[in-house]
Amino acid sequence: MSKALTTIEGMLLDEGTVVTLSELTRVCGISQEQVRSMVREGMLQPRGAAPESWRFTGIEVRRTRRAVRLQQDLELNLAGAALALDLLDEVERLRRRVHCLEQHLAVPHDAEGAG
Amino acid sequence: MDYKDYYKILGVSRDASADEIKAAYRKLARKYHPDVSKEPDAEAKFKDVNEAHEVLKDPEKRAQYDALGSGWQAGDQYRPPPGGQRQGRSYEFSEEEAAQFSDFFSSIFGGMGGGMGGARGAGRSSGFGGAGMGGDPFGGRGADQTARIRISLEEAFKGGTRQLRLEVPEVDAHGQVVSRARTLNVRIPAGVTEGQQIRLAGQGGPGLAGGGKEAAGDLYLEIELEPHPIYRTEGKDIHLKLPIAPWEAARGATVPVPTLGGTVSLKIPAGAQSGQRLRLKGRGLPGKPAGDAFVQLEITNPPVDRAEAKAAFEALAEQFKSFNPRAKLGV
Repeated sequence: MSKALTTIEGMLLDEGTVVTLSELTRVCGISQEQVRSMVREGMLQPRGAAPESWRFTGIEVRRTRRAVRLQQDLELNLAGAALALDLLDEVERLRRRVHCLEQHLAVPHDAEGAG
Repeated sequence: MDYKDYYKILGVSRDASADEIKAAYRKLARKYHPDVSKEPDAEAKFKDVNEAHEVLKDPEKRAQYDALGSGWQAGDQYRPPPGGQRQGRSYEFSEEEAAQFSDFFSSIFGGMGGGMGGARGAGRSSGFGGAGMGGDPFGGRGADQTARIRISLEEAFKGGTRQLRLEVPEVDAHGQVVSRARTLNVRIPAGVTEGQQIRLAGQGGPGLAGGGKEAAGDLYLEIELEPHPIYRTEGKDIHLKLPIAPWEAARGATVPVPTLGGTVSLKIPAGAQSGQRLRLKGRGLPGKPAGDAFVQLEITNPPVDRAEAKAAFEALAEQFKSFNPRAKLGV
C-alpha cells in the first residue's frame, strides 16, 4: 500500500522572498544581536529603517547562513566572515562569467598557411 | 569498517606537534569548507578533516588512537576489540556530535554506538551535510540539511513537482543513529535558476526526542540545472546561437526562434553580421521581472557542391569585387 504523498511547498530563497528580523533569526538559528552586528558590518542591507521594520531578501537568508557557518567552522571574526562572503560572491560571479565565455569560444582547427 | 589514517588526512607526520596539527587542520578546513570549495567531494573531505582534528588535537584521544599501532593503511578493515570493550576511556558526546563522526571514530571513542553509514546530512559542521548552527538559542533543534536537486531547464521554466528520496539520520529506540530512506514530494516553483535554494521548513534532521516537529531542522534544496543542448543560462536569462543564411543576414528577414515558452518570430535587421546579439525581452526564465532571451546570430553558409551553387557564389564574388572583409586588418 503506498500512501499518496502530499506535496511540500518550500520557500524559494531569491530576491522576491522577504523575511522579517525575527524570521531571519529563527531560520538561521542566531540571535537578533548577531543579525544587528551583521547589518552594522554591512554584510546585510535590509530595507526599512528600524530593526522592527527590517526586511531581508531570500538571498540574504542564504548569505546569513553562510556567514554563520564560516564563522563557526573556520573560527573567523565578523570582519573576516564579511570579507570571505564578498570574495565568495565575486568568485561565483567570475565563475559564471568564465563558464559563459567558454561556451562562446569555438574549438580551433589547425589551418594550412603559407608565406 | 575502514581504518582511518588521521595523520594522513591532515597531511602531518605521526610525531607532529600540536601546533603543526592545528595549522594543517586550519589550512584544510579552509580548503574543503563546503561553502568555499567547489570540489565535488569537499563535504566528505571536510568531515574527515574535522574528525581527524577532533582526535589529534586532544592528547588523550590521540594517545588512544596511536595505541592502535602504526601498521595500518587507510582503508584497511578495522575490527574493534570483541565484546564492545574499548580500551582507554569512553567519551560522552551529544547525539549531534556523535552523528557527525564515522563508525571508525565511534568504535574507538564511543559516542552513540551506531554509525552514520554514509548517510549525508549529519553533523554540526556545515553546509552540505547539514549544520546545527552551534550555539543554537533554540536548544536541541535538529540539524539543517542541504541536498542538491538536478532538474532540466524545461522543468525550471514550467515548474512542477519532484519526488525526492533522501537518506536521513535518525535516532532509533535503542539510541542508535540509523539512516532511513524518506520520500518527499516537493513543488519546484517556475523560474528557478542555477544554484538557487528552496527551504523546506522542518524537513531536515530530527530534533532531540520530545521536541516534536518544531524542533526538526530545515532541508535546503539546491537547484542544479542539467546542461541543455541549445540553450545556456545566466541567471534568469537564456542564450542561444541562431544560425541564419547569408541572404537572410544581408537583406533582413523574419525567422523562427525556439524559446523555452515556444517558437517566436524574430526580425533580423538588414545587414546583420555574425556574432551580433539580439534580445527578446521577457523570453527567459519566468519571474518578476522575467529573464530575457539573447540570440546570437551565426551566419551559416549552404553547402556549395553543385555547379549551379558554385555559379551563384561566383556571381556574388563578381558583384562584390571591391569588398574587402579584412580591410580593418590592413591586409
